[in-house]
Amino acid sequence: MSGGFPVMVAAAEQAANGVKKLRFVRTDGAALPPYSAGAHVVLTLEGPQRTFRNAYSLLGTTLEGGAYEVAVQRAAESRGGSAFVHEMLQEGAHLTISAPLNLFSLNHTGRHHVLVAGGIGITAIHAMAEELAMRGASYELHYAMRDEASGAFTQALLSRHGNKVRFYVSAKGERFAVSQALRHQPLGTHLYVCGPERMIDGVLADARAEGWPEGALHAERFAAPAGGEPFMVRLARSGITLKVGEHQSLLEAIEDAGVDAPCLCRGGACGQCETTVLEADGELQHHDHYLSQKERESGAKIMTCMSRLRGRELVLDL
Amino acid sequence: MTISFKAESFRGDYSFRNSAAAIDRFPFPFDRDEYMYSVNIEQHNPGPANAITEFPIDIDEHYVSEMQDRAIVLKEDPLRCQSLPHMIMAEWDLVELLMTSMSQHYPEHFTLNRDGDHWHWINRPLGIEQRFIFGEVATLPCGPMEYITRQCQGDFALLDQRDNNLWMDAGMVTTQADWSLDFNIGMNFMEWHAPVPLAHDMGVFERALKFLLNVQQGKPVRRLNWTMTVNPRLDTSPENYTRWGIEKASVTSENVGEKLHLRVELQAMWRMPRSNALLFSIRCYLIRLDELVTKPKWGRRLHRVLRDLPDQLADYKGITGNRAKIVQWLSQYDDGAPTSPGCAPE
Repeated sequence: MSGGFPVMVAAAEQAANGVKKLRFVRTDGAALPPYSAGAHVVLTLEGPQRTFRNAYSLLGTTLEGGAYEVAVQRAAESRGGSAFVHEMLQEGAHLTISAPLNLFSLNHTGRHHVLVAGGIGITAIHAMAEELAMRGASYELHYAMRDEASGAFTQALLSRHGNKVRFYVSAKGERFAVSQALRHQPLGTHLYVCGPERMIDGVLADARAEGWPEGALHAERFAAPAGGEPFMVRLARSGITLKVGEHQSLLEAIEDAGVDAPCLCRGGACGQCETTVLEADGELQHHDHYLSQKERESGAKIMTCMSRLRGRELVLDL
Repeated sequence: MTISFKAESFRGDYSFRNSAAAIDRFPFPFDRDEYMYSVNIEQHNPGPANAITEFPIDIDEHYVSEMQDRAIVLKEDPLRCQSLPHMIMAEWDLVELLMTSMSQHYPEHFTLNRDGDHWHWINRPLGIEQRFIFGEVATLPCGPMEYITRQCQGDFALLDQRDNNLWMDAGMVTTQADWSLDFNIGMNFMEWHAPVPLAHDMGVFERALKFLLNVQQGKPVRRLNWTMTVNPRLDTSPENYTRWGIEKASVTSENVGEKLHLRVELQAMWRMPRSNALLFSIRCYLIRLDELVTKPKWGRRLHRVLRDLPDQLADYKGITGNRAKIVQWLSQYDDGAPTSPGCAPE
């Protein structure tokens, strides 16, 4: 979606193996607005071939001087966005950043907060720990990483949070025993987990097995849209027909056609891109976390940022 | 623009009146000759010059008197201002929003100097000057929300967002259309809307909640709501029903024009940046029917709206008892001529 702030890269550094930390300031010198821990922004990157729009969690809490910081991991199977950030985005580069959006907010009524990060999921968790420390709240942080070289911010976390932090390095055979960590928590404890999809599913399953209520479980998944076979889309109101490529999302294809389609989180969570399906010659493949089972079965709605069609043609009310 | 503030009362002798300029800018809420619920939400974008929506926060000629009335209400009943402990960050968000907006758009009346966390606030109409440290409660004479909302027209509710719902966990409510913060505090969106008739079955609240959970930083939204009040009383609270409920019985066919007021609320919803809370601001505008019918289109239209209003809505708005008298009185201003679309006078 259009709008946002023109920014430039004020600092770029390697935060760990394969993790690049970037600091953004507004090009007009004004302060970027404050935000809450767990918020993310969408970066719009003009690449040589195409435009990338990627969502990244904001680090820390609102920084002095109104700058934003993100940490980007180079994805093993990058769709281009993270590779572009790592190779091309240097100090002085210009880009557009969206207003912050928080779909992974702390529950401030919590009596105690258990934060769990896996790999680059530490970015959102890092911000939450900082905010909890500032508020004087009760919390603990569990951070699992492949090896020590790939774990970003370990020193900073240790010096800020001391014995509230535990690291688990899988290369050294260390494993975060979820059920043990969750078993003796007081009533009113909230759990927050951010990391790879499989880790999130595992942690939540263990928490449910321990009898934790749904309202105390919070997760943020930053899954990239799954690719798939190409298909055709007709936008009924705009009268445009377009093709969604193998490695392209439905939303990206619509944007490439010049249509300003509604969207926010680009991760299937916020609900903003919900679009009415007029016809579908094929099977809808829903990959979002927003539509209910009933809504999915009705076949009347699709979340364009994550979901696609397996079939010939999709007709949308756009 | 320098506003000349009026000295008037919203109780006792009820000396409140609108100037001709205030009538011109009154937010008449009916864009057609009938009324039914709708999710009538739009972006809270700047409106035309002098409109109540010209600036995000509207300060008008009634400012000083409204703030004095709020002080009276709070002195009698401190529970009109409440905040649960987890809302302190949202309170500071509100301080920032109101101080920056008021000082930016009304620099003759309000000044804010910021040096990092050291803030210096000057409110000339109320004769207040305060230096404080943003984020340090002890540097203000009272809680941050109470401090700034004693200096800004309108009621304010701070809604915590969690569990896919909104929770009324803080607020300053002294100019309300018969609802109580003390009763609603801690309730969620569905709970505090439970008394509204018809709308639940229409699915209005599910859609509205889904929309509000997604209101974004820097993109506030607004809607108008309305009811009617006998006498220009800002504090029509359940707590004080014994005082104002009885005034409904004072309406006669002769005094409708001076007693009855159309009460319009400009309700705006804002995402608070540091707390992720949603601010619900409710700014009340009153106009007596004598003033309203100086705009012929408004007189015609209000007659038709009230005449054809479904009974359940008339009950909810609290006008059932006087409805016949009001409609009868307004009918003398309705010649049956067609009205133009939209809310503007002509």
